[in-house]
Amino acid sequence: MEAKEIHEILIQHLPGCVREFRTTTADPFWVVESERIREVAAFLKDHPALQFDMLQAVTGVDRGECFEAVYHLTSLRFGHSVTLKAVLSHEAPSIATISDIYPAANWHERETYDLLGIVFTGHPDLRRILLPDDWEGHPLRKDYVAPESYHGISNAPD
Amino acid sequence: MLDRSGEQPRVIRRLDGEIARIQAKPPAERTFQEQRILSLYEQLCEGRMERNVLVLPVDAVLNWARAWSLWPVTFGLACCAIEMMATGGPKTDIDRFGAGAFRPSPRQSDLMIVAGTLTYKMAPRLRRVYDQMAEPRYVIAMGGCAIAGGPYARHGYHVVKGVDRVVPVDVYIPGCPPRPEALLDGIMRLQDKIRQDTILRVWREGFWPWKRKKSTKS
Repeated sequence: MEAKEIHEILIQHLPGCVREFRTTTADPFWVVESERIREVAAFLKDHPALQFDMLQAVTGVDRGECFEAVYHLTSLRFGHSVTLKAVLSHEAPSIATISDIYPAANWHERETYDLLGIVFTGHPDLRRILLPDDWEGHPLRKDYVAPESYHGISNAPD
Repeated sequence: MLDRSGEQPRVIRRLDGEIARIQAKPPAERTFQEQRILSLYEQLCEGRMERNVLVLPVDAVLNWARAWSLWPVTFGLACCAIEMMATGGPKTDIDRFGAGAFRPSPRQSDLMIVAGTLTYKMAPRLRRVYDQMAEPRYVIAMGGCAIAGGPYARHGYHVVKGVDRVVPVDVYIPGCPPRPEALLDGIMRLQDKIRQDTILRVWREGFWPWKRKKSTKS
């Protein structure tokens, strides 16, 4: 199904949840209201004509003035995909978890939290997944400064 | 000691004058020492000691045994580990150097090949594995990451910039990743290093490893 048809279905059943729909990029994407991400994800998964049954990735972007949470959904049944984005505040980035709708989101959201510090409220086990538990800061943030040492091992270049 | 060319052995030729002098004496007048020399001479002539006597410095025996039985601990961190595994394959057979018995336990190992990127999360584990190895123990830093952080040396926040910041390293093998031949060369360089070792090192530097001078690069 084409992106335009998916957009028609989306705004017909969930009015007001799409803030922006852009088709000028190579992959069209939807900017959705961050409070309604669970509603959108559940609708896309369950609608009989869409059936987005696979979550490919949950990632994040630090735009400087804001954060973006990015979701890639695919329907194995129909072979179409969508990209969802949600804009979050830079001071306290926070969005509801979709790990109960898509179980694959569990570790993806942990990784996004680990590297960018986006808090997924309602997540069953939100802790670091890649970095050590006692690591300070979130390395993929633009304002991140690498530590000078870790457990007595100097980080200074030779 | 003895050559097999059929001629009289070299050692015996040197003793010729002495032996002739002893043989000229009547047996009753020979001293105990002379009897022993004559007895040894007869045994040498019969070839009875040929297979049983080996005269070597202790260092040579120990270093020979250590250099040709380097059991590495199974410690692969990244893509270098693929090359390390390939080194154990049929093309570059690491078993020829006695270093093919990869042990699952550091307590049975002599050598740690740090093959790959060492992250800060992994560094305490690497140090623990090294501490569990029995002396004498050796470390090979394989690849650019293990030597100095490799491509992560400048902008990586998560990579230890050289394994020698965590454990003392004996041999560095450059490459990204090094080919199996390079790893074999590194093992041969380590064997060269072991052959220069002496058991008097223990006497010089102290028996207890933790009382020795730190050789870690700071």
